[in-house]
Amino acid sequence: METLEQIRDRLLARFPGAEVTLVTNPGAAAQHSLSLGLAHAAAMALFLRDDAELKLDYCSNVTGVDWPEKEIIESTKVSVPDPAGGPAKIVEQKTKRIQPGSLEVVYHLYSMAKKHGPVIIRLRTANRTDRANVPSLTPVWRSCEFQEREVFDLFGVKFDGHPDLRRILMWDEFTAHPMRKDYVEPDDYEWEPTPHGTVLDKAKAHYPPSALVAAAPAAPAHGAPTHAAPAPKEAPKP
Amino acid sequence: MSEPATDAPGLSDAERDELRRHGILLTKIEELVNLGRSKSVWPLQFGLACCAIEMIAASMARFDIARFGSEVFRPSPRQADLLIVSGTVTKKMAPQVVRLWNQMPEPKYCIAMGACAISGGPFKQGYNVLKGIDRFIPVDVYIPGCPPRPEALLHGLIQLQEQIRTAKSSGPKTTRHLRPGDCNYPVPEFGDRDLEPPANPAVWQPPQIVRSEKA
Ligand code: SF4
Repeated sequence: METLEQIRDRLLARFPGAEVTLVTNPGAAAQHSLSLGLAHAAAMALFLRDDAELKLDYCSNVTGVDWPEKEIIESTKVSVPDPAGGPAKIVEQKTKRIQPGSLEVVYHLYSMAKKHGPVIIRLRTANRTDRANVPSLTPVWRSCEFQEREVFDLFGVKFDGHPDLRRILMWDEFTAHPMRKDYVEPDDYEWEPTPHGTVLDKAKAHYPPSALVAAAPAAPAHGAPTHAAPAPKEAPKP
Repeated sequence: MSEPATDAPGLSDAERDELRRHGILLTKIEELVNLGRSKSVWPLQFGLACCAIEMIAASMARFDIARFGSEVFRPSPRQADLLIVSGTVTKKMAPQVVRLWNQMPEPKYCIAMGACAISGGPFKQGYNVLKGIDRFIPVDVYIPGCPPRPEALLHGLIQLQEQIRTAKSSGPKTTRHLRPGDCNYPVPEFGDRDLEPPANPAVWQPPQIVRSEKA
């Protein structure tokens, strides 16, 4: 199979003016991918499917990724001349920059005809709120239909051109998108024996100190019948 | 233990056993009815997740739930006596489970099979799983396990039969279906974040935390 660079160059030659960037994966998996601009994404997907060399006729997987807004602090060293005439001082300057958030949809493409793959393509939305749209690739690969619905349900990405964009896992009245990083779960927490970590935080929020009941009377003498559940050793400490 | 008020006056259980040895059977209509009921508990044919596989295994030749009179899995709630909640109840499924329960005729019984049906089990921390079916319908027998073995289900069934056999038709220990009151359990609605209401306060209250005093 061609390398991703070759595929990118061919895409750029075929679609002048389209945006195609190679996104490298620095991890051990080294699964690099192509990020496609939204304007030509559907046409480029069709090209990837029908091109005689690639024949990527099978989309195995559609995934959503949430990239929340991120504050990035960059520090630069500037030399400031001393007004008193001494040697110039090196001062570290910190600048804050907000990296805007976005949602991303990742498609894993294989070729059944040529027995190669995967080629991974990404589509990135403009932001996470009012412009969370990408073109649907269901018209290109039928197998995307339910998976795009799932990404719509759990991440809130709207797929333009999807034939039947409804929630698939949660009920229709549900309004949140549970896989987003800022999702707040409903507070139906219940006490459990050994809370720790985030569960302990939830327990504290759910059971304020005033809700705690004083200890039950001491356990009955040995041998006395008792059917009570074993008393919890320790309630979460406020 | 029997209720003195409803027992035949002046006859203890031992005396009745003694009479039975002589070929005289003294009993009550209530006991006969209960005996009949307990030996033919028809479950609803209904499975929710991995626990259902064990329920199916219990109904097949090797474990053979027919030995206990429960082999007739009914495909309609109108003909079923027992709801085996065998598996994870997602919040999307919960209203349907309550609706099935409401459609079953009295007297009816509910077994919560497995950690999921009891408390949400491995999915307890999830946003989409009901943390125990007892939040909406009254449960008679809880069978712990993930999944419980078929033997455990059979044991739970025997416990239930025991409960049915000793059920009372009057007095303070009257069984649930003979007590006055509406036997329709409210079906939760789909809210915009959670079920509305998230639990039925008439059957379930959140557990209280007991803090142990340490010296
Ligand atoms: S209790 Fe375990 S086996 Fe049963 S439904 Fe839940 S996860 Fe599956």
